[in-house]
Amino acid sequence: MTIILLLMICGIIIGIVFGRYPLVLKINEKLLNTAIYLLLLLLGIAVGVNDKIINNIYTIGLQALIITIGAIAGSVAFCWLIYKTYFHLK
Amino acid sequence: MKGSLIIIAFFATGVLLGVSNKLPQNLIPSAWSNYALYLLMFLAGVGIGADRQSWKVIRAINLKILLVPAGIIAGTFIGVAISSLLIPSLQLREVLAVGAGFGYYSLSGIFISELHSQTLGVIALVSNILREIFTLLFVPLLVKYFGNLAGIASGAATAMDTTLPVISKYSGRDYAIISLFSGIVLTILVPIFVTFILTVGK
Repeated sequence: MTIILLLMICGIIIGIVFGRYPLVLKINEKLLNTAIYLLLLLLGIAVGVNDKIINNIYTIGLQALIITIGAIAGSVAFCWLIYKTYFHLK
Repeated sequence: MKGSLIIIAFFATGVLLGVSNKLPQNLIPSAWSNYALYLLMFLAGVGIGADRQSWKVIRAINLKILLVPAGIIAGTFIGVAISSLLIPSLQLREVLAVGAGFGYYSLSGIFISELHSQTLGVIALVSNILREIFTLLFVPLLVKYFGNLAGIASGAATAMDTTLPVISKYSGRDYAIISLFSGIVLTILVPIFVTFILTVGK
């Protein structure tokens, strides 16, 4: 856990220092996209060879949907309250 | 939207390759994907640090704006905690970790599959993709009934990029800056919350 967070903080600092060069941002974005694509391809392969996941794909989808509905309903409700209390002033 | 389709295409290709069972054993991900994750975190950090626009937005805030991501965090966690009552096979901690993706599915899906299990990683991937799709489809309705912050709340981390255009269209351009700010804060918090929830108390 610490390694991951430390790496992210190092990245942010390097980004702040070198971010004034547009080329850095451009190259970083390319690398980041490549890393994400590669990792998702690998996750896909790992999922594909995992019978436990493939055989339970409907259950997994349903669980994901229930979590999404809870997440959206909860955050919309809280922000509705915040909106009415602090933002929607007449 | 195009970016999301590419990402889904990569994942789907992986699944098909995996299911076909024709891959050489050494291509099946193992310990070295940990290093890929480290690289990903580092690059994500550089991207955040180098993004002048984001830092400008964060500097321009007043305290009221902070309420928006705070409300989204509290609402998401309470909402998914209620969801977890309907999913007895998952622990509360697991459901909270999925919720902490805040719509940032690529990172949270990868992260959770590395830190916890592939099954939960896939749940996180699907759940957070659904959060983005739902937001893209229902922002007009949400804003109509639940006020101008509703799209920002629904989109969460995606409110800084993929869902920003539709939010800005229906909530108004003055809300675009709030959307951007809230999305940036939540995006930075995704890896922190996910690792915290999955590793503390273990």
